Amino acid sequence: MPEMASGQALDTFPRLLVEHARVRGGKPAMREKDLGIWQCWTWHDVAEEVHALASGLAEMGLRRGDNLAIVGDNRPRMYMMMTAVQCLGCVPVPLYQDAVANEMLFALLDAEVRFIFVEDQEQVDKLLEIRDQLPLLEHIFYDDARGMRHYTLPYIHDIRELVAMGRVHNRNHPDLLAHEIAAGAADDVSVMLYTSGTTGKPKGVRLTHAAFISAARGGAAFDHLSADDDILSYLPMAWVGDHLFSFAQAMVTGFTINCPESAETVMNDLREIGPTYYFAPPRVFENLLTQVMIRMEDASRIKQKMFHFFMAVARRSGAEILDRQPVSLLDRILYALGDVLVYGPLKNVLGMSRIRVAYTAGAAIGPDLFRFYRSIGINLKQLYGQTETCAYVCLQPDGQIRFDSVGKPAPGVEVKIADNGEILVRGPMLLKEYYKRPDATAEAINADGYFMTGDAGLFDADGHLKIIDRAKDVGKLANGAMYAPNYIENKLKFFPYIKEAVVFGDRREMVCAFINIDIGAVGNWAERRGIAYAGYTDLAAKPEVHGLIEECVEKANAELLREGPLAESQIHRFLILHKELDPDDDELTRTRKVRRNFVAEKYAPLIDALYGGRSSQYIETAVKFEDGRQGKVAADLAIRDPKTFPVERRAA
Amino acid sequence: MGREFGEVILDLQSVSLAFGGVKALTDISFNVREHEIRAIIGPNGAGKSSMLNVINGVYRPQQGEIILRGQHFTRMNPYKAARAGISRTFQNIALFKGMSVIDNLMTGRNLKIRSNLLQQAFWWGPARREELAHRAKVEEVIDFLEIQHIRKTPVGRLPYGLQKRVDLGRALAMEPSILLLDEPMAGMNVEEKQDMCRFILDVNDQFGTTIVLIEHDMGVVMDVSDRVVVLDYGRKIGDGVPDEVRANPEVVSAYLGASH
Repeated sequence: MPEMASGQALDTFPRLLVEHARVRGGKPAMREKDLGIWQCWTWHDVAEEVHALASGLAEMGLRRGDNLAIVGDNRPRMYMMMTAVQCLGCVPVPLYQDAVANEMLFALLDAEVRFIFVEDQEQVDKLLEIRDQLPLLEHIFYDDARGMRHYTLPYIHDIRELVAMGRVHNRNHPDLLAHEIAAGAADDVSVMLYTSGTTGKPKGVRLTHAAFISAARGGAAFDHLSADDDILSYLPMAWVGDHLFSFAQAMVTGFTINCPESAETVMNDLREIGPTYYFAPPRVFENLLTQVMIRMEDASRIKQKMFHFFMAVARRSGAEILDRQPVSLLDRILYALGDVLVYGPLKNVLGMSRIRVAYTAGAAIGPDLFRFYRSIGINLKQLYGQTETCAYVCLQPDGQIRFDSVGKPAPGVEVKIADNGEILVRGPMLLKEYYKRPDATAEAINADGYFMTGDAGLFDADGHLKIIDRAKDVGKLANGAMYAPNYIENKLKFFPYIKEAVVFGDRREMVCAFINIDIGAVGNWAERRGIAYAGYTDLAAKPEVHGLIEECVEKANAELLREGPLAESQIHRFLILHKELDPDDDELTRTRKVRRNFVAEKYAPLIDALYGGRSSQYIETAVKFEDGRQGKVAADLAIRDPKTFPVERRAA
Repeated sequence: MGREFGEVILDLQSVSLAFGGVKALTDISFNVREHEIRAIIGPNGAGKSSMLNVINGVYRPQQGEIILRGQHFTRMNPYKAARAGISRTFQNIALFKGMSVIDNLMTGRNLKIRSNLLQQAFWWGPARREELAHRAKVEEVIDFLEIQHIRKTPVGRLPYGLQKRVDLGRALAMEPSILLLDEPMAGMNVEEKQDMCRFILDVNDQFGTTIVLIEHDMGVVMDVSDRVVVLDYGRKIGDGVPDEVRANPEVVSAYLGASH
């Protein structure tokens, strides 16, 4: 194992790793459930393996400054590879593992990838599909040997061979790696993450060791994270949030990352690990709550009564108790009782008994949802950040939690609002550059060194930042009223029956919407009413379901009425789409954000029907299946006109 | 694919089976080579399942012989068959619906358990070590079939396609050298069929297991199997590689339902 020259600062990830192996070598660094048992790697094991990987890569010809792509589920060796690559002064480029081959092609070409580390046969097959378009690709390493026996191509290697080779190399050149690690500098690029490409081609965001370490240190100090914390790493490694929480913060504080057995077992693994620190996008919290509610409906009468009684207590006082605000003695006693009878067992089922801090971000979270988790004693908070800022701009301080803001600027970060409402940020966590795109870099960072987030927001009276919408999405209706599509869509999506919504209205006389129903929640609703259905398309076409969604839309309209400038944005007409919007059909990004313009083009006849006053419209849509085959779904979609409320116009 | 087939390991010679006056199988001979995937096809009532039942000794043929690795059996029985490394799945799933997936798979290890009832009851010493080893084997099967997420779910609560996969898992837990699959893809949708095909090919490829399978879906049979036997009304009307069988006029007429 390379010894570090004394006095070198802990300012790069490889140096942090060496330090952890020295200070807490015997403490678990990573766990993964394999063959039904949690396997453990100590910091010492991790350092040893990382150094073997790095030496192997050096032997294979990886040169300082090269990019190495990493594609796969969250697995210990995938994380180790990140540091191994960094040891050599190279840049790991994690890519989304569920992207189809052609989507990966762009990033692989753009990053001039010569070496790629993938998880399994599935990923290798994808690469072989596009092999002839990748002239630079030299070596493919795979982690899971299953099904790989017949792959005899000379450039495909088992990662174990690389590790073995690295160990030999390490013995023969004992100083090489220490030298390489010492040669690294804090302002070297530590990782390149591709933006999801909501607008145009993805861009490679180059972030430095210094940026991620400052973001990780800031966040860890803010939430008092220590080496004793546990986190479940299950979100895509290509996503900046996972890189911050599962990689950078773990490397900074020395806590343990836990990798699930498979994507389907995450909920189970969560229960077994009982993380103390947890991150999930709102939809995960929403799914969990939906499951709880569905199961409660099937519970016995006594249990239901008990649940509803204590949930009422929690709604009244739970969040206040968590925030240490004054609460009546009776409620305190009831809450303590509820904790024993309901909240405790519930948290245990959810795998959240040990959680000290939980974060959500990436999309707006519904007030009921947010309050539910806080009221049962889970310290759920929101944060705000982008890929370009290491996912680190604003954090909600303990005790000052609001569902409609994202908190105060994080330690070390300066935030200001531009004249057009755009949020500007500055600090050590900013990106170094967009890869090979100096034009884009210059466009994103202004002369004062502020990064332009592209989000529109405002500070409230207490200095909490509130995000309204994407700055460029904020438009105007034909009558000049402000129109913020995401804001309206989120309002719709807060209803459990609505999974996805796309609204239109920019420079139009009224707002109309496409709705995707939530097949789980609406399906359950239909079952309880004895409505038979054959699948999504069938369920979405039921008049009863239209009625249900109409009620939701009308409630949303009533809320919008009370929101000043947005009152004009009430939804006048809507339809329920005959298929679920899907990233495979390019309608959503891989992070499940709606690509509004694409959807508008694809379903242009539907928009014409909405604005043309028609009451139904026939449509036929091509769909891509997971295996790449094509199919078609067709339906005659009914259009509804929900109630809207007259806006009182004040005379100017 | 360029796989190597070994010796004939299972040879059926002039097997005839009748239930009273009903002749289920008439004078059927065919063999199975090591490592191959051998399909038995035929219209309903052709005698396919009876054929499998003869191989693993559920039915005793009135005439004929089964030669398994050079050993002659005139009377095979299920126990002997299982001991000889033959395991099977059933057309209508034969699992314990109330038991978890793990427990069902553990039943597949039953024949290999050496410790006695008393030792197991107290989970003492050798029994404990043995169970751990068996459990490890079962976990490998779970990993192989990608059913980690339903490990502890009672089988009765699983959808049909997954139950079929668990049934295959139970057969695999025995570490068979010959695997008999009775309509492994019946009643599945396209995606489930694709998964099952992949598992069958992987079993054959990774463990070198010889597979005899009955299947109705001709597309699947022609894609997956190395050699195909065709039965019709208890007689063998074709035998050979898929292309030969497809070109056989008798097979075509049996499948197109021409008059007999």
